[in-house]
Amino acid sequence: MLKPGTAAPEFSLYATPDQQISLSEFKGKKVILAFYPADWSPVCGDQMALYNEMLKYFSKHNANLIGISVDGKWCHLAFSLERKLHFPLLADFEPKGAVARLYEVYDEKVGECKRALYVLDEEGIIRWNYLSPVGLNPGADGILEALEQMDDVKTNQTV
Amino acid sequence: MPLKPPVNEVDHCQGDKAAKIVIVEYGDYQCPHCGRAYPLVKKLQAELGEDLCFVFRNFPLAKIHPDAMMAAIATEAAALQGKYWEMHDILFENQENLDNDALARYAQRLEMDVEKFSSDIADQQFISKVESDFESGIRSGVNATPTFFINGEKYNNGWEGNRILDFIRANDLI
Repeated sequence: MLKPGTAAPEFSLYATPDQQISLSEFKGKKVILAFYPADWSPVCGDQMALYNEMLKYFSKHNANLIGISVDGKWCHLAFSLERKLHFPLLADFEPKGAVARLYEVYDEKVGECKRALYVLDEEGIIRWNYLSPVGLNPGADGILEALEQMDDVKTNQTV
Repeated sequence: MPLKPPVNEVDHCQGDKAAKIVIVEYGDYQCPHCGRAYPLVKKLQAELGEDLCFVFRNFPLAKIHPDAMMAAIATEAAALQGKYWEMHDILFENQENLDNDALARYAQRLEMDVEKFSSDIADQQFISKVESDFESGIRSGVNATPTFFINGEKYNNGWEGNRILDFIRANDLI
């Protein structure tokens, strides 16, 4: 995975059937990138359902969550509607897995993203990363601790 | 991963907090897996008797389970009338019906003061109690429901059948 301290590579991917999102649009906010293998599979569903409940905790830290998998935009749309997700799912679909490769979290054998998390600061620098065993839902405690630490560091700097 | 915060005075406990085994469940009243775990917990309580203290903390996934938050609040309102565990049981035994009318019917069935119950469940203070349960779950690494903690540590070995009891015996916890 890309190491903390690295600038997060820029990308643009479809978030809805007719709208692309670029990472640079989030400048000034922290960003949580959640790469995951596939819509609909049981563990991913749990993970995304959990993150859906976590959004207000993330927003307390000025952080936006983005999910990324190789599923197509129409698949994401259906998954998102069915699970009532309130954060964007990006389609790393064509060329397949290009962004996951850029972030060193593409599983060549199965042709899916690994289950991996990055937390970026307001300047787009990677501050925390985590690679989860593919069958395990990584929860949200690690993300929350990373966000808190980033805010603590900033508070100390201002003092 | 440790339970944060440890079992304390705001928790609802069945049994003595000083028991040999303290099990904490993070659960959601509208979650079908929690519904399947419910009789297994009852069985565990019957098997372990006084050696077990059982604690339930709320972890409602409210966006996929629209009635889960209100159901959790109903148990807190029932606690005010000394009926926390009675309400807990009735909700898990009637998971398919957890709308507000149903909650009021259960309060009536438990011979609670229904008028007080109905005004209590509109009270904001219970939302923050449920949310603080949820937040403690996140901090403790809860990633799905139900998640169990045994004597303060997250338990990851599966809860189906007799697995929890087998784990307790295999590790000489009693």
